[in-house]
Amino acid sequence: MELKALTYLVVGATFALYIGIAFWSRALNTGDFYIASKGVSPVANGMATAADWMSAASFISMAGLIAFLGYDGSVYLMGWTGGYVLLALFLAPYLRKFGKFTVPEFIGERYYSKTARIVAVICLIFVSFTYVAGQMRGVGIVFSRFLEVEVTVGLLVGMGVVFVYAVLGGMKGITYTQVAQYCVLIFAYTVPAVFIAIAITGNPVPQIAFGSEITGTGDSLLGKVDDIVTTLGFNEYTSGTKSKTDVFCITLALMVGTAGLPHVIVRFFTVPKVRDARLSAGYALLFIAILYTTAPAVGAMARYNLANTILPGEVGAGTGNLLYEDRPGWMKNWERTGLISFVDRNGDGRIQYYNDRNPAFADTADRYGWRGSELSVDNDIMVLANPEIAGLPNWVIALVAAGGIAAALSTAAGLLLVISAAVSHDLVKGIFVPGISEKAELLTGRIAAAFAILVAGYLGFDPPGWVAQVVAFAFGLAAASLFPVILLGIFFKRINKQGAIAGMLTGLLFTYGYIEYFKGLFLKWAGSPWGEDVATEWLFGISPEGIGVVGMLLNFVVAIGVSYATAPPPERIQELVEHIRVPRG
Amino acid sequence: MTPANRSAYWRANLKVLAACMIVWFLCSYVFGILLVEQLNGITVGGFKLGFWFAQQGSIYVFVVLIFVYAWLMNRIDQKYDVHEQDR
Repeated sequence: MELKALTYLVVGATFALYIGIAFWSRALNTGDFYIASKGVSPVANGMATAADWMSAASFISMAGLIAFLGYDGSVYLMGWTGGYVLLALFLAPYLRKFGKFTVPEFIGERYYSKTARIVAVICLIFVSFTYVAGQMRGVGIVFSRFLEVEVTVGLLVGMGVVFVYAVLGGMKGITYTQVAQYCVLIFAYTVPAVFIAIAITGNPVPQIAFGSEITGTGDSLLGKVDDIVTTLGFNEYTSGTKSKTDVFCITLALMVGTAGLPHVIVRFFTVPKVRDARLSAGYALLFIAILYTTAPAVGAMARYNLANTILPGEVGAGTGNLLYEDRPGWMKNWERTGLISFVDRNGDGRIQYYNDRNPAFADTADRYGWRGSELSVDNDIMVLANPEIAGLPNWVIALVAAGGIAAALSTAAGLLLVISAAVSHDLVKGIFVPGISEKAELLTGRIAAAFAILVAGYLGFDPPGWVAQVVAFAFGLAAASLFPVILLGIFFKRINKQGAIAGMLTGLLFTYGYIEYFKGLFLKWAGSPWGEDVATEWLFGISPEGIGVVGMLLNFVVAIGVSYATAPPPERIQELVEHIRVPRG
Repeated sequence: MTPANRSAYWRANLKVLAACMIVWFLCSYVFGILLVEQLNGITVGGFKLGFWFAQQGSIYVFVVLIFVYAWLMNRIDQKYDVHEQDR
């Protein structure tokens, strides 16, 4: 069958599956809508969390990012997995014992304060909308690449599907849809990786192939990649260029940020017991680790493949590089999408690809007769073109499309749900209309979800300039605002509402201010960014990506300091803390 | 549950957390970041060891760590008789 028809068929079939599941598991009351009535098994919740967590960026972009960053890409691998340890140890079991619907609800009750709850809602909405805008954009891009429709059309279809199952199904519908989406995306990710691993090393397990020898040569894959990239003026693949301080802080900010993301935390509200919450975090990370340990292997193999394809001969020899005429089919196919493009700068009809920004390599390149790197390669191609590079049949390519869409939709749905819960449960029921009936609250939740989809769709259609800063922003903010006050709320009885509010605001404003100063977010009209985004300008040499760590520390210090300077929390709050610390009683 | 029992349970919990955090910190921040150059001098199974910890090993350790934590906590819950009953 023709690729396009097959892709439509596979993607259409997965959509039918998601909508069918959503209909079968639709929400009947607010308990279903917010937390699936605490009836989700730890394994199913683990899969749902994994799908919720792994976005279009994890699925499509991460391996490519690592392929180009090498060791420096480790911050994402460690940062986006290590956070689950913090979540399992410090938050999930206790919040599950607390047993309510939302993260701001916990903060509001623990700190006996509507103000604290509103501040938490603001943090949550800020974090979640920034994140969801990127997801909707991802949905549109995946559609347009695979189904050859306009980004806008792709976006509308994606919004429609999410609308049906998030609004109808609530958390219950989303959970079981995410289980299906996890299966689709992990299968689509690992199959091409296995075949590429076999092609390069003869070993079918990508995680082992990563350290194996390349078939027919005596060279190890990583050793060979190190050799090739250094002869082309890049830094060694297995060593980094960033400072240790910065790598340390970025990793920590991503870990703490992960543990502080409301759409991830709330998934642990859906299991029946405290011990299920602990176990479920383990399953979640196990399912995530399957992709996260495959990704760096895919990255290294892709880097090797690319270099090897372009440079079949000797470096610097006139005939060492590939003739543009002879380029492989996948390169031709992806040139049409603009993800890979070639400009023959020195007019020799061959493709030269090297680091033309390395002054130490400029003389060598000049001697070779190279006039600048001639190939520009988008990170995303490393995953998207994998099936073609490995020579896999069309149905695998169709599956990768379905996997990318599943990754984007599952994350978007999870985010939209926490936004709608924050509006209907925390703002409407918690603050403005406490007497609202169950039925009316459920309806409000559905309307809020629908409205959130429209806003997210708009942000995806016309992304403000700051979507690109999503990583720094959403994680930094979650790390600096929500995580510390939840943690303190469980582990330090003495923290009171004044401390919590002051801590959250300090963390939020400091982190936001630093990112605005160096990256420019909302105040571009007023001339931001004001600072030059280079290491010599940064505070303690910490980049905006890692600054959430400092925001987090400030939050801790301020919350503790202010709490000790003011009256201790009332007796009943101390009892609440005692209560959530033990699984039973 | 008596207050003394309660605080004994909490202390046992904190001990488990401290032990887990040490492992968590060692496998990622120490082996994968702070001592990466030194460990890269050792090659195991085709990998430079520091690089392996940063891109593979730390993740495996995290997964095992959470399951070990869940197992240890279940035991402590049983010991202090605060485990949840099956419904």
